Amino acid sequence: MSKSVAPVDQTGSESATVVSHLHPVGSFVLADHPAPSGKEEFWRFTPLAKVQDFFDDTLERSSLDVHVEPGSGVGFGHLGLGQSPRGTVLTPVDRTSAIAAAVPQATHLVVEGTLERPVRVNIQGESLTHPTADHVVIEALPQSCGTILLNHTGAARHIGNVEIIVGEGANLTVVTLQDWAPGSVHFGQHEALVGKDAVYRHIDVSLGGSLIRLQNNLSYASIGGDAELYGVYFAQSGQHIEHRLFIDHDHPKGVSHVDYRGALQGEGAESVWVGDVLIRPTAIGIETYEANKNLVLTDGCRVHAVPNLEIETGEIVGAGHSASTGRFDDEQLFYLESRGIDETEARRLVVRGFFATILARIGIEDVEETLMRRLDAELAFDKEN
Amino acid sequence: MTERKLEIRDLHVSVETETGSKPILKGVNLIINPGEVHAIMGPNGSGKSTLAYSIAGHPKYTITSGSVMLDGVELVGLTADARAKAGLFLAMQYPVEVPGVSVSNFLRTAKTALDGQAPPVRSWAAKVNDSLAKMQLDGEFAARSVNEGFSGGEKKRNEIVQLDILDPKYAVLDETDSGLDIDALRVVSEGVNRYTAQGDRGVLLITHYTRILRYIKPDFVHVFVDGHVVEEGDARLAESLEETGYERWVKAAE
Ligand SMILES: Nc1ncnc2c1ncn2[C@@H]1O[C@H](COP(=O)(O)OP(=O)(O)OP(=O)(O)O)[C@@H](O)[C@H]1O
Ligand SMILES: [Mg+2]
Repeated sequence: MSKSVAPVDQTGSESATVVSHLHPVGSFVLADHPAPSGKEEFWRFTPLAKVQDFFDDTLERSSLDVHVEPGSGVGFGHLGLGQSPRGTVLTPVDRTSAIAAAVPQATHLVVEGTLERPVRVNIQGESLTHPTADHVVIEALPQSCGTILLNHTGAARHIGNVEIIVGEGANLTVVTLQDWAPGSVHFGQHEALVGKDAVYRHIDVSLGGSLIRLQNNLSYASIGGDAELYGVYFAQSGQHIEHRLFIDHDHPKGVSHVDYRGALQGEGAESVWVGDVLIRPTAIGIETYEANKNLVLTDGCRVHAVPNLEIETGEIVGAGHSASTGRFDDEQLFYLESRGIDETEARRLVVRGFFATILARIGIEDVEETLMRRLDAELAFDKEN
Repeated sequence: MTERKLEIRDLHVSVETETGSKPILKGVNLIINPGEVHAIMGPNGSGKSTLAYSIAGHPKYTITSGSVMLDGVELVGLTADARAKAGLFLAMQYPVEVPGVSVSNFLRTAKTALDGQAPPVRSWAAKVNDSLAKMQLDGEFAARSVNEGFSGGEKKRNEIVQLDILDPKYAVLDETDSGLDIDALRVVSEGVNRYTAQGDRGVLLITHYTRILRYIKPDFVHVFVDGHVVEEGDARLAESLEETGYERWVKAAE
């Protein structure tokens, strides 16, 4: 596994806006985000021809049905345009996000005290023809503790922004499960602000749909925030799954750990992982490590893994990144098969094993089971074809 | 009724290299009857592991001619898992790491595949623990990923744990004694002896050292040079090899 650090970029400054060359400047103004041509660094991996409608702000978009299971203990309400804390953390970095940020009514989820069990929020798509857009604000009050699962299912052409405020000393886990029906498209910007000494975990699980592109941003409100960003994805024939991360270390003593793992199978399966980490001069004593691992199960898959580390202060505890892409290891398969395990089962074991450490960290049993069932079904499906 | 034995007849095996197909095994003949222990000794690169892997069905090796019959079942042409189901086991010279798959899950999956039904849940954990303990491996190994981070000796002992639990008809042990400390060598030997004590199991033991043969008494010793057996004898042949080495056969092969 490679472990290296990108050359130090001297062009950064201490201004409040993101000046890194890694990342576009945010704006709520649509005109600031012209529709992309595909040549932009930010868009070069995305098959734009399939999604031209996502940049058209004149389309009428309704919102999806957001259903919070009753009795879950999470506060549920709505926020109008400009109603705080909506818009205090998430500034759109692209046109699709700016469209979603402008929806009249945002969903507001408030975590207060300790939530006994994970809160499941079902976001159900109903149509492949009618476009939708949503903005969800998750606010974990200071010292609160809880887990929120955004469970995306059904058919949709959807833009979904998620704005996350992690209060001082809070402990929040946000899992977003993309279990869309075939043909679905999902864009979204997730943006979190991690409070003083807070612990934040974000877990992307992307499985279904034809195109998923999630922009996952994170910064710190104060010193000592601890962030873990995990991802699991499984791209199949013709599927494009793109996760783009931007972690902005702008305060001292923050921690960020990133681990995304994906498997790919079938002609034209494509995954993109871009991990940008910026360590500003103010971010003294921080620690960051990011990793992306891909397991390519068949021919005809494309993997793009782009880690970027931009370090503007040397006074840090540690920084590193790695990205790897591998095929099924014949020796592993033979070892299992030589014990009587047939090829399909052996492949299943290896793939499950590949994801096992991350799944264990998710810690939500029915998510693990859903995922394992999907993996098993899809691996078996491949064998039949 | 078919006769019970593992019979290797005139086995020729090649590996594919960048410069074409390279013959490694050049006509191996061996018969292992139930209850017998056969030792194979031979210089580095003579093809001992190639023999072990090709019997077990590793895809890297191409059997160009010959036959391997296990209790009347032709193994050549079968997949590796089918050979295991026929009753074959290979303890590998270099056991493979399988990240994220626990020893316990691995053993259970293998046992289920071999028996055609899952082992009883109630007694399973105790059985695995017992097998680990016999190999002087801590119970925590059951929850660890297969071979990942195991020391060289722990990997070898884990192979014998599998031998104990899967209990095949015939076992090929490829340098299971290499890399073991003095105590572990005894522990592993006892494990193999418990296996053979069942009376009707066959063992093909590939080794470089006569020390293990003090613990595991071979019925036959075969000298393997340049892809085939060049000499056969009883345990005394191994002792004489200590003195003379392989030189006379290696010279003859050149
Ligand atoms: N892919 C390959 N290309 C070329 N030669 C190969 C390849 N694979 C194996 N060989 C050769 O086949 C020969 C037999 O190897 P094998 O591992 O069977 O030897 P061995 O008797 O087990 O040796 P050792 O005692 O060192 O374990 C060796 O000379 C080895 O280099
Ligand atoms: Mg060898």
